[in-house]
Amino acid sequence: MSYITGGGLLPYGKHPGRDTLGLMSDAATLALADAGLDRADIDGLVCGYSTTFPHLMLSTAFAEHFGLDPHYAHGVQLGGATGFALVMLAHQLVDAGVARNVLVTAGENRMTGQSRDAAMTTLAQVGHSRYEVPLGATIPAYYALVASCYCHEYGVRAEQLAELAVMTRRHASMHPGAQFRELITVADVMNSKTIAAPLKLLDCCPVSDGGCAFVISRTRGNTHAVRIRGTGQAHHHQHISAARDVSAFGAADSAARALAAAGVKIEDARYLAIYDSFTITLAILLEEIGLTPRGQAGEFARAGYFDHDGERPMNTHGGLLSYGHCGVAGAMAHLAEAYLQMTGRAGVRQVKDASLAFLHGDGGVLSSHVSLILEQV
Amino acid sequence: MSATAILDWTEGGAGLAYQHCPACQARWYMHRDFCPHCGHASPVNAQASGLGVIYAHTEVTRAPTEILRQYAPYTIVLVDCAEGFRVMAHGQAGLRIGDRVTAEFIEFGDRIIPRFIAAGD
Repeated sequence: MSYITGGGLLPYGKHPGRDTLGLMSDAATLALADAGLDRADIDGLVCGYSTTFPHLMLSTAFAEHFGLDPHYAHGVQLGGATGFALVMLAHQLVDAGVARNVLVTAGENRMTGQSRDAAMTTLAQVGHSRYEVPLGATIPAYYALVASCYCHEYGVRAEQLAELAVMTRRHASMHPGAQFRELITVADVMNSKTIAAPLKLLDCCPVSDGGCAFVISRTRGNTHAVRIRGTGQAHHHQHISAARDVSAFGAADSAARALAAAGVKIEDARYLAIYDSFTITLAILLEEIGLTPRGQAGEFARAGYFDHDGERPMNTHGGLLSYGHCGVAGAMAHLAEAYLQMTGRAGVRQVKDASLAFLHGDGGVLSSHVSLILEQV
Repeated sequence: MSATAILDWTEGGAGLAYQHCPACQARWYMHRDFCPHCGHASPVNAQASGLGVIYAHTEVTRAPTEILRQYAPYTIVLVDCAEGFRVMAHGQAGLRIGDRVTAEFIEFGDRIIPRFIAAGD
């Protein structure tokens, strides 16, 4: 058993002059204050990686910088799935009695710390260095290949995928920390510059600076804790060329493992937090997990099903697509929002019922999957 | 066929290479010195015909580097090859899922890469 006892989320966008360790520290400071804990209370530390600060030992580099003396430290690399994998690891460490309070922190100046070309080149390296990257493939291209199959198989039009970008922007307009808050229409998405057909600029998440942190604890400690009830992972492939089945990337297997661990059904989830690096990512994940029928994710978004006052609120902060994506902390913002919703602290975005939340992250090209199930206590 | 006779674009040759396992009959594209399915230590290197069917496609407008910018837009495809493995490559503009294609080899940046074009009937 473990609890999230504190969280901290920075605004995403530009943080000129702040570097990886600075942003990780800013987020950690917020999370410790929220948990009501001091540095001395933290005996475990898990963190991810940073493309602007590649380091063999990021966790201990951060521990020294921030002033921690952990009994356990660990860096994890699973691309976009890293944030939720860190939370799963922290949960297991606490559950196993290795640590009492684990700090999970991430931050990166991905937007201002490097050129856009450098960011794209670095990210494309999740592709195969011998068989894919030399073709001039990019992350949007890998996902666009998936999108072509998806649209062909289920008869989905680009306009229907665009609905997912319109929805997340609607959500972001209600969050002061979001990188992009101006409402957009399907026509805006369709008229934005093509990056890798059928994906347009507004089908793609931005590159951002930001940071996010949590404290995962053995005891509730304060009045705003939520329980981590179940976790799961699946890793079927790394490269999209090697994906065996594009209708079963691993999201459903990961979700099934988390649901079994929690002893609940996917229908029980009242609040959703689903990885959305591209509109196609969100459609694929929602549908493979069984949260909407195949080919229907865009229609559900258009109908307001996922809005804060809808049937099943999702990514009410604006997701990667509009809140922003700064690497490891990108998806952690989904959890920060779920945590606020579950503890009644989401303000104007507050949903009626966030008693049970289902979260899902993916890394690579739908390669690494991590699912989390949280419940109110 | 000996390994040295097989043309492999990743090594500068104008051909598509793949591997198969004499024990479990698995076939795959990305080179290894063992079978990733059963662990057999002596997979067979083989030359692909270059024939296949389009599985997925995209046109890349935003190239990742300055050097590749001159080639944009270019089409990237996934092709299910006749021998039973899947490959990523360039493609002729306008190819659609299910189209029968054949491989040619073109200069791209500082290397040679596979590019699929519609196969004649």
